[in-house]
Amino acid sequence: MRVTHRDVVCSFCGTLCDDIEVDVEDGRIAEVRHACRIGTTKFLSASRHEHRLLKPMVRENGRLKEVSLEEAVERAAEILAGAQRPLLYGWSSTSCEAQSVGIELAEVLGGVIDNTSTVCHGPSTIAVHEAGFISCTLGEVKNRADLVIYWGANPMHAHPRHLSRYSIYPRGYFRERGHQDRTLVVVDVRRTDTARLAQKFVRVQPGRDYELISALRAVVNGRKLPMDEVAGVSREDIEELAEMMKSCSFGVLFFGMGLTQSPGRHRNIDNAICLVRDLNTYTKFVIMPMRGHYNVVGFSEVLSWQAGFPFAVDFSKGYAWYNPGETTANDVLQRGECDAMLVVASDPVSNFPKPSVENMLKMPIVAIDVHPTPTTMVADVVIPAAIAGIEVEGTAYRMDVVPLRLRKVVEPPEGVLSDVEVLQRILERVKEIKG
Amino acid sequence: MRFTLITGRTVAQGDAMEKGKTEEEFMKACAIVELDPEDMEKLGVREGDTVKVKTSEGELVLWVRKAPGEQPGVAFIPMGPWANYLIGGDTEATGMPPYKVVDAEITPERGKVPSLEELLRLYTREEVR
Ligand code: SF4
Repeated sequence: MRVTHRDVVCSFCGTLCDDIEVDVEDGRIAEVRHACRIGTTKFLSASRHEHRLLKPMVRENGRLKEVSLEEAVERAAEILAGAQRPLLYGWSSTSCEAQSVGIELAEVLGGVIDNTSTVCHGPSTIAVHEAGFISCTLGEVKNRADLVIYWGANPMHAHPRHLSRYSIYPRGYFRERGHQDRTLVVVDVRRTDTARLAQKFVRVQPGRDYELISALRAVVNGRKLPMDEVAGVSREDIEELAEMMKSCSFGVLFFGMGLTQSPGRHRNIDNAICLVRDLNTYTKFVIMPMRGHYNVVGFSEVLSWQAGFPFAVDFSKGYAWYNPGETTANDVLQRGECDAMLVVASDPVSNFPKPSVENMLKMPIVAIDVHPTPTTMVADVVIPAAIAGIEVEGTAYRMDVVPLRLRKVVEPPEGVLSDVEVLQRILERVKEIKG
Repeated sequence: MRFTLITGRTVAQGDAMEKGKTEEEFMKACAIVELDPEDMEKLGVREGDTVKVKTSEGELVLWVRKAPGEQPGVAFIPMGPWANYLIGGDTEATGMPPYKVVDAEITPERGKVPSLEELLRLYTREEVR
């Protein structure tokens, strides 16, 4: 029998599309409608159990060996409780409910907890501490925005439905003709697939975004540029862009890793926020980070409720301590200031730079994940998990900080628990060991 | 030839990762370097050829792919274990490693692109744990 689930939320990227239709036949996902290529694959691959992690494993004599869940939990608890300062990392591709248990575990262990923000919009968070934030919801973008700028972001690859659901193509309350009522501008170092759709593409020289933002601020504030070009962009182009920004009725600046991972990092974002603040003297303008993992925002929310800070919190002093650059995952790893790792729903062996990975391979790793990854390949304890948003319910926050309810459409593989249940078991056992 | 190396997400990489990182499709999506067509001509390489990409952190042989649009002087590698083998760790006290805007030297090189397991062995210098 085929059952159709409507308005399912896609738990892949921060766009968190909530209009997905999923057909389930004999307990397996048979068809997916409305999702993009990546979202469709995420749903369909959930039912390819042969490609999933299905059994808990523990490393013995250099090889991973299948064990019972009890044994795997015991070994994980021993590793974590026995460490002086474990690092608990990942968290952005699971539910807020799992994140909440993970934060309690970090506190009980006296460890450091950090999520993937640290390698995506951590610098944006630091900039918001400095400069504040003028933002809105994606619904407002859809209904009002007539100028949409993507700066250092390539949503056609990273958030494939962002343009069609929120920013450019949908008809909005004040934008009845959809894309005909809007202008798309892309600023990037490459002519990306998103740039190819833009009415205006500005190619900035790599690593010189800060200068270009400063030049735009000068022109927006009525100055004449004394030079012919800045960061590879001609004065005419800068003046034209500044005029477009000042004369629109509702502008939005979406920015991505092109700003946060390039030289300048948080200072780029700080300057971009100040540009948007300047523009509000003339018109309505907002700024929004293109958040990558579907619940990267949720982690910052939950950590802020429970510990008072948005990412990179160190509990080893007995209280919550936050100091990016000191308590951030890559800094802790590279200084060798942790002696074990718990990785949940993430793959730092793939996604961290070489010096961090080299140190990671020197310590015991406990990994909880859905699929085998380079991290589970080198881990000492591997515990399979059910997929939040497909096999278990939960809460996730969209990139504009709007919470949405994740749905369950199929049963997880037999014997496979949710992240929440696995983490609760480890937490209970750690509490017993710690007394 | 000198390039500015940028790493980041692609739809093929995201798709392949959800199918499974231990499968060949993931390697095909990630163990590549996208170059501007004119730069490819200057290097004398065509799509599918291999090149050596060298940074201060390390060097790797990767397949060449033609970039979707012009990007003179910029080399792009999709995020993943291949890209990150070339990335250093200096976070400038922000937590963020330099994933973008890295100096790289690219030369034509006939060689074998390392598989995922071979790449991990480069780290551990032994069988994957
Ligand atoms: S855009 Fe993002 S949330 Fe929407 S279907 Fe694609 S991967 Fe899923």
